[in-house]
Amino acid sequence: MTSPTPPRLEIDRIIDDRRTRIIVCCGSGGVGKTTTAAAIGLRAAERGRQVCVLTVDPARRLAQSLGLTSLDNTPRLIEGISGEAGGSLHAMMLDMKRTFDEIVEAHADPARAAQILANPFYQSLSSSFAGTQEYMAMEKLGQLRRSDEWDLIVVDTPPSRSALDFLDAPERLGRFLDGRLIRLLTTPVRAGRPITKVLNAGFSMMTGALTRVLGGQLLRDAQTFVTAFDTMFGGFRERSDATYKLLQAPGTAFLVVAAPEPDALREAAYFVERLGEERMPLAGLILNRVHRAPAIGLSAARALAAAETLEPDGSPVAVAALRLHAERMTLSDREQRVAAAFTSAHPAVPVVEIPAFPTDVHDLEGLRRLAQSALS
Amino acid sequence: MTARDTDWDGVRLHVVTGKGGTGKTTVAAALALALAGRGRKVLLIEVEGRQGVARLFDSPPLPYAERKIAIGQGGNGDAGTPGGDVYALAIDPEGALLDYLQMFYGMRSAGRALTRVGMVDFATAIAPGLADVLVTGKATEATRRRAGGSYAYDAVVMDAPPTGRISRFLNVTSEVSDLAKVGPVRSHADAVSNVIRSPQTAVHFVCTLEEMPVQETLDGIAELRAIKGIQAGGVFVNMARPALLPPALLATVPDEASLAEALRSAGLPGAQDLGAHLAAALGEHAQHVALQDRERAELDAVGQPIYELPLITEGVDLAALYRLAAELRNQGAA
Repeated sequence: MTSPTPPRLEIDRIIDDRRTRIIVCCGSGGVGKTTTAAAIGLRAAERGRQVCVLTVDPARRLAQSLGLTSLDNTPRLIEGISGEAGGSLHAMMLDMKRTFDEIVEAHADPARAAQILANPFYQSLSSSFAGTQEYMAMEKLGQLRRSDEWDLIVVDTPPSRSALDFLDAPERLGRFLDGRLIRLLTTPVRAGRPITKVLNAGFSMMTGALTRVLGGQLLRDAQTFVTAFDTMFGGFRERSDATYKLLQAPGTAFLVVAAPEPDALREAAYFVERLGEERMPLAGLILNRVHRAPAIGLSAARALAAAETLEPDGSPVAVAALRLHAERMTLSDREQRVAAAFTSAHPAVPVVEIPAFPTDVHDLEGLRRLAQSALS
Repeated sequence: MTARDTDWDGVRLHVVTGKGGTGKTTVAAALALALAGRGRKVLLIEVEGRQGVARLFDSPPLPYAERKIAIGQGGNGDAGTPGGDVYALAIDPEGALLDYLQMFYGMRSAGRALTRVGMVDFATAIAPGLADVLVTGKATEATRRRAGGSYAYDAVVMDAPPTGRISRFLNVTSEVSDLAKVGPVRSHADAVSNVIRSPQTAVHFVCTLEEMPVQETLDGIAELRAIKGIQAGGVFVNMARPALLPPALLATVPDEASLAEALRSAGLPGAQDLGAHLAAALGEHAQHVALQDRERAELDAVGQPIYELPLITEGVDLAALYRLAAELRNQGAA
């Protein structure tokens, strides 16, 4: 029984299409998202696009190889790119706290901004709220897009627990900051308001519980923050809605990256389904680090049998070669089965495979080779 | 007294971290099985809501309750030695908060109300360290719990967040100290911290022999060592591919012609092409083995015990888990 062959994902066609303005690389952790995003950015630049790669948490060596030594929230020109086609490559690492600070500074008068930035509640919110990173990545993406300095932005999504956090977290932060909940909690109960009376009784019980857990100081800090931040709340909701729309626009292409492992592909499948529900433009699946079966018509079983025949006094090199071949066939068969489970459920999603390299990728040449290998 | 020494005899809480994609959950599960030999009772805790443990053990999704999930590995080849029990628990911050409110204040209904209006989300949002304290708190509670004069569990294994977040996750006191200077959360965090920073707890790292995971492991160990009292544990090298030839033979470029000759003698058709192909594959294998050796040397330099688990080419199922557990016992990890 054969599984359906999915359409081939043509990455060159996506990056050569001038209408493509944003490429989002998403997927679960450890599948090579950042490296893939960098490779695509590099290839697009060398094919003539003005590219900015926005990355959230690159591995140190990859960052170094791109010349990104500091996390300074500013796109840096990457040297060593072939400019023959007229393209260029910039890259930047996101500093989420700084991005948040900049929004505050841009939207509040200096005195109020200073007050907000010094608030302990704001400080923990801007550096560690689950979702701030995703929100700020989206915010930065929006800023880069509006600046119009680049005609293609490639972004890789933050390393979160689940690939879906990327879609949900910004809205969560927006909702939280916009929150009625935060207001109710921090507003003293006003007497004589029948509609909220019942609500308030419930809430006071809960704020009691919260105060016990968190302590009163924290809630007071939160209240001060809310008061100072008041005028910006609605803006947060709007901004997160605007970026959401940007992602739904036709100029955006989502590339889901996965390794041929059950967990990674399960995440990928969730993501593909979710993108469909949100009407976000999915371009296809990049299956990374695939061990391709060598097409030489020798099965694992046959290779092992031959190895056994040779074993007693035959060439140890030949025995090792046959065992190695059997191992690769087994691994490749399993990966094909895992991939087939995905393509059977999602036959229309274009797929491209990137083979596993015997060594790691951490320089421009390696990135070039990686991009090239997805096209051969 | 244990029947034989293992590398972690005094350790009761095993925290397992690792870069995404290195098989952290698999190693945590194998370690739990390995520790559950000789009639011992082990709790395997999952904290990230992925239900990876349930999938590994072919079990329905884990609830917020301790359930028996497997029988531990018996003695090595000794049929008379009984295996112990592995229990599993999936901790989520919400359940842990309810537990906490109930345990310390007897406030279950207020807790339920909090959950209904999304207040738990809110609480963990305005105090990001809170979720971690609640989760680690539940794990340390299970570690310290006593039943009938002895510990309820002989060992607890936690499938913890990935390397990038682990020191923050474990450094609970400093995480909440900015927010809660005094008060119940603070003293709870201190109690949790006492367990985590005791010789009873070890933090193990799972990695593969590739540059990025190894680098992240080295960084993670260095970060942990900077936190007073936290004990870095073993390095569990996962998915290693053993060298198929001795180093001397691996180093020489395989000769296609003699390879083809040997294949022909084994009765394989198309030996010429096959020889060329297999020679190239061996060359790649040699390259890979050399890379693994380089990475292994980097790990060796850190001075933590290293265990090595082979790549399971067919995919990890329950049988493979027991095989990995046996491997860990043979190497002295349990």
